[in-house]
Amino acid sequence: MDDLRELYQEVILDHNKNPKNFFHMEDPTHTAEGYNPLCGDQVEIYLKVEDGIITEISFQGHGCAISKAASSVMTTILKGKTVAEARQWFARYQHLVTADIGEAVDVDEFGQLAVFAGVREFPMRVKCASLSWHTMLKALEEKDEVASTE
Amino acid sequence: MNTALHPLDVEKIRTEFPILQQEVHGKPLVYLDNAATSQKPIVVIDAIQDYYLKYNSNVHRGVHRLSQLASDAYEETRETIRQFLNASSLQEIIFTKGTTDGINLLAASIGRGMIKPGDEIIISAMEHHSNIVPWQMMCEDRGAKLRVIPINDDGEILFEAYEEMLNERTKLVSIVHTSNSLGTVNPLREIIDLAHSKNIPVLVDGAQAVPHTKVDVQALDCDFFVFSSHKVFGPTGVGVLYGKKEWLKKLPPYQGGGDMILHVTFEKTKFNELPYKFEAGTPNIADVIGLGVALQYVQKIGYDAISEWENDLIQYALHRLQEIEGMRFVGNAKHRAGAISFVLGDIHPHDVGTILDREGVAVRTGHHCTQPVMQRFKVPATTRASFAFYNTKEEIDQLMNALHKVIEMFA
Repeated sequence: MDDLRELYQEVILDHNKNPKNFFHMEDPTHTAEGYNPLCGDQVEIYLKVEDGIITEISFQGHGCAISKAASSVMTTILKGKTVAEARQWFARYQHLVTADIGEAVDVDEFGQLAVFAGVREFPMRVKCASLSWHTMLKALEEKDEVASTE
Repeated sequence: MNTALHPLDVEKIRTEFPILQQEVHGKPLVYLDNAATSQKPIVVIDAIQDYYLKYNSNVHRGVHRLSQLASDAYEETRETIRQFLNASSLQEIIFTKGTTDGINLLAASIGRGMIKPGDEIIISAMEHHSNIVPWQMMCEDRGAKLRVIPINDDGEILFEAYEEMLNERTKLVSIVHTSNSLGTVNPLREIIDLAHSKNIPVLVDGAQAVPHTKVDVQALDCDFFVFSSHKVFGPTGVGVLYGKKEWLKKLPPYQGGGDMILHVTFEKTKFNELPYKFEAGTPNIADVIGLGVALQYVQKIGYDAISEWENDLIQYALHRLQEIEGMRFVGNAKHRAGAISFVLGDIHPHDVGTILDREGVAVRTGHHCTQPVMQRFKVPATTRASFAFYNTKEEIDQLMNALHKVIEMFA
């Protein structure tokens, strides 16, 4: 059970049970839906961006404990961050969940995200852990495209 | 051959499946994902190796010795399958890549040959995506309509709704024999008889049936029957389409190419006789031969013994699983086989699957390529334990222990 405890850390189980920012936002400036056709996981990410800062972020959908906790933790981290910072966190997180198993993880660098380091040991679950982050990025980017045509 | 009165010698059978003799994450492998694909007995693996080692050659072409051996083995397998299904003629046995390929063949051929705008095709609400999407594509292409027989809360088709659906525009009923996600066994004789009373042909998706039960296409009186090799202890990449001769003669070919022709000029091609009309290109010879050996292996064990053992296993599993608080079965059909789908409280099936895996237990989690079924039962996914004759009650106990670890983790 040890490596399972690595994956299902208390923090992850808590976020799964009581997810933060788990609601439908009425007036987001950016939104996107993410879907994993392999497993049926589905998530909607809502963002309110003002002057390049994410002032509100929430999510809805259904998925496993890993995907739900990943969404929940992501929203708590990104609230108040700039769009540029959100992109940096995305890259950092991607590295964390896909890095070689032998690579040491600097908990300070990853902060709250460090609990997802165990995902590396479960390649089948990387997508669960990444879906909401990819969806967040898609929400930001799609709006960028629209904005550029205006 | 299929009237075995002897009970199943599971211990001996397990020694014939080398893959089962291993540990996963330090625990003995408990393989309960048989509805996704079954394991292969050593005789099948040997037969495929034998072909490549000793007589690999193309079929129906060469005059040389190896080609003759390969052609003979390939055609003898067709006879094995004819007997296996109790088809009346070898012309009715067509090799495909699998169940999906067989349904696509029919959808394309029936679509081109006999579907006009306004025609209707009937399927059921418990179909695998492979028996939904090909018809959807064909209906869109031909301006036809796809109709869906609803199912009740136990996962059984609503027969009266089906009866009302049949009309003069109905051109085909395509229905699953045994549901991969619910385990439901459909009342095929009644379904087929009713369709035939209105001269409508019926295709049966038998992918999940052949590993568990004897199929007699003449007794069923189905017009078409498809199955996959890999679900019935044979290799991947091969399947069978059975079709009544009178239908197959009428229908246009699916793919064009070598083997399916008698004579080719740039102006006109004369197609080959049945069954070759539907077998374009060099077939998957080695795996066809492997399938033949698999079916002989299953018949040697005997479907009576298999059904009896598997019914025992399923009843035991249902009984044990019910002990768990928060257990909800998705699919409670009276007549069932093969698979048990369930949801455990609000624990997501993926988390269940990951923890079970660490305990050596292989199950499928997700929508099982039946998203409409998941929508019908308002669940995003289920955990599915699916059985074969080589499974044991001890393995179900191991599943139970692993499920208790899941509950412990998420309590």
